[in-house]
Amino acid sequence: MDLFFELLITAFLIIAGVFGLVGSFGLLKLNDAMSRLHAPTKATTLGVGGVLLASMAYAFAKGPHYSVHELMITLFLLLTAPITANFIAKVHIHQKESRDSLPAAGEDGSWATQNLDDTDDKS
Amino acid sequence: MILYAVIFAFGCFSLSVLMNLWKVLFANEIADRILALDTMFINAIALMVLYGIAQGTGIYFEASMIIAMLGFVSTVAYARFILRGNIIE
Repeated sequence: MDLFFELLITAFLIIAGVFGLVGSFGLLKLNDAMSRLHAPTKATTLGVGGVLLASMAYAFAKGPHYSVHELMITLFLLLTAPITANFIAKVHIHQKESRDSLPAAGEDGSWATQNLDDTDDKS
Repeated sequence: MILYAVIFAFGCFSLSVLMNLWKVLFANEIADRILALDTMFINAIALMVLYGIAQGTGIYFEASMIIAMLGFVSTVAYARFILRGNIIE
């Protein structure tokens, strides 16, 4: 295999491993629940992206066929990580925070996720 | 050279999965448990793709794609169950 591709794949793998480790270590280490949300949703997503890029480069360097399937997983993870983070933040707000402990919401009076009781779509 | 990098990445992600497992078991807030479970799914994807690189095949791609989708859906389902009391209203 070409030396350039070996260096590229090695760099991607090492960067990915370090970012994955940092993401999970931040989940253990950070103090506040809202801070803990940052580490896995950003650093770990980047780490998996690095592994997938390394996989793509490996398939390109090795075989007669090359594949860009892995970009699909990367795209999917990048699309779904903010949605997941939003849901987990909502869980935290509903479990641990009240109207008084949250910062002021501006002109609307209260945060939108706390107005669930006022709407009529309860079932 | 690639072999050592793959071993290094295996070590990093395995340690990450262990840390997430610790957080799933011993977190004192339920949002942290959901977050740790979601991170475990993502690290499992990384481990599976790394195994594909180590074996030299691309056969594990479909399995990791399914794990990615199931991880997202199950995280949303957990969060929704905690928020509303049921999943599909």
